[in-house]
Amino acid sequence: MQGFLTLFKKELVRFWKVSFQTVAAPVLTALLYQLIFSHVLSQHVEAYPGVSYTAFLIPGLAMMSMAQNAFANSSSSLIQSKITGNIVFLLLPPLTASEFFGAYLLAAVVRGLAVGAGVLVVTGWFGLSWPEHPGWVLLFALLGSALLGTLGVIAGIWAEKFDQLAAFQNFLIMPLTFLSGVFYSIKGLPPLWYAVSHLNPVFYMIDGFRYGFFGQADVSPWLSLGVLATATGALAFLAIRLIDRGYKLRH
Amino acid sequence: MPAIEIQSVSKRYGAFTALDNVSFTVEPGEFFALLGPNGAGKTTLISAMAGLSRPSEGRIRIMNHDVVDDFRAARMSLGVVPQELVFDPFLSVRETLRFQSGYFGLARNDAWIDELLFKLGLSDKADANMRALSGGMKRRVMVAQALVHRPPVIVLDEPTAGVDVELRQSLWVFIRELNAAGHTIVLTTHYLEEAETLCNRIAMLKKGRLIALEEKEKLLAHSVAREVSLKLSAKLPPALESLKVREENGRVVLALAEIAQLETVLATLRTAAVEVRELSVGETDLESVFVRMMHGGSV
Repeated sequence: MQGFLTLFKKELVRFWKVSFQTVAAPVLTALLYQLIFSHVLSQHVEAYPGVSYTAFLIPGLAMMSMAQNAFANSSSSLIQSKITGNIVFLLLPPLTASEFFGAYLLAAVVRGLAVGAGVLVVTGWFGLSWPEHPGWVLLFALLGSALLGTLGVIAGIWAEKFDQLAAFQNFLIMPLTFLSGVFYSIKGLPPLWYAVSHLNPVFYMIDGFRYGFFGQADVSPWLSLGVLATATGALAFLAIRLIDRGYKLRH
Repeated sequence: MPAIEIQSVSKRYGAFTALDNVSFTVEPGEFFALLGPNGAGKTTLISAMAGLSRPSEGRIRIMNHDVVDDFRAARMSLGVVPQELVFDPFLSVRETLRFQSGYFGLARNDAWIDELLFKLGLSDKADANMRALSGGMKRRVMVAQALVHRPPVIVLDEPTAGVDVELRQSLWVFIRELNAAGHTIVLTTHYLEEAETLCNRIAMLKKGRLIALEEKEKLLAHSVAREVSLKLSAKLPPALESLKVREENGRVVLALAEIAQLETVLATLRTAAVEVRELSVGETDLESVFVRMMHGGSV
């Protein structure tokens, strides 16, 4: 347990020491999206009855930022340690696979939540009202960060070069987050893309998160919860197996 | 109970055999050297002990704990200083050591950390960022990291490679103290004089195989024939030709199985009326043992 707590703390220290880059920068990026998109689109779109586009956009941006940063936290920490070689200091101690995974995961969730809270603070005054269901908001924030944090652990273990990790990030994570209904309601999409969107786990993260704020969403929050819990559980199982077997960590 | 027990360990990477059926034990309190040229398998063997790699065959126990089945207890018993100079650029020296303690389950370990910092001459660098340290200082931190959990068995993989003389000396004083306090020490080194002065027992690896495992004195005593270099007034008598190894600078060099044989050589020379103008006896050292063995000579 002490090993897990220490690694968790080390991971927090790691991103906190560069918090301009790891927290402030994504919050600013989200603010810029908010300024530009709400200015351009607020007159044209009303996603849900009684919800302005400006308000609709905010939870989407917050969840997108949480997802991207949770992924970035675990994946970049692992690949940096692998490339600089200091991962050896984590492989020599008697940490179990679950402790190792849990520490990276939890730190990724904390960074996700910190970024998400920052985004809500700076964009909330554009017109977001207090959530209808704060419990769902918190639950989806946690699960969304956990899913991407887990994926980050897997990507960080798998990648051998920064280039491979960048490919994972830019060709998988970015499209999944951008095409998940952050900027639009998928109900407005043509049937094919409407169906495709349902295969994207990030869609359920954002949809469930929005449900928490507005009490309405494209699908039931229980469905979103089920999809996310299943996906997170399956990926976490895979990640722990990889660590336990020493995949690309022990030779 | 041996401190380290290596049983028929082999490690293969595809068609390449890095370790080939290596077995030996190291007793508690020993100061043990693992020698061999680059690529002999020393680091592979250390990695297998530390759980950084898994043997293809065979078993390793540290303080009677299997490094695979009982890895937690095995790793608690082992402190490893890796060969490559690595560090976490986000952390200070003290943070590095506190975190390393925590990974081993030790939450409050500051008294021992302070002692390590002092012993390794790092006290005034405790709050410096790791990036700001010289290579030698970083190496000291790595030694401290290996010792945070006070392991009974300490393995140092070329700890003095690329390190200044002063640090080498102070490091060995410290490691000797640890050994005197009962810690088992295993080291690999390229500086043979280090192995010769520090260690009681020596294993030599070559191409993944254990080619020698001896008490240091025995290895030195019976391994190399003494060489005697003679400057003579005339040609070497035919009776001594079989002892000749080479000629250099007008001298003839003879190999003697033992120093007592010198008496016979001198008697033969007297009988043949050959005068000895100069004579020197070569000292045997680990370096010459090592060089001979690595070039295929046997013990």
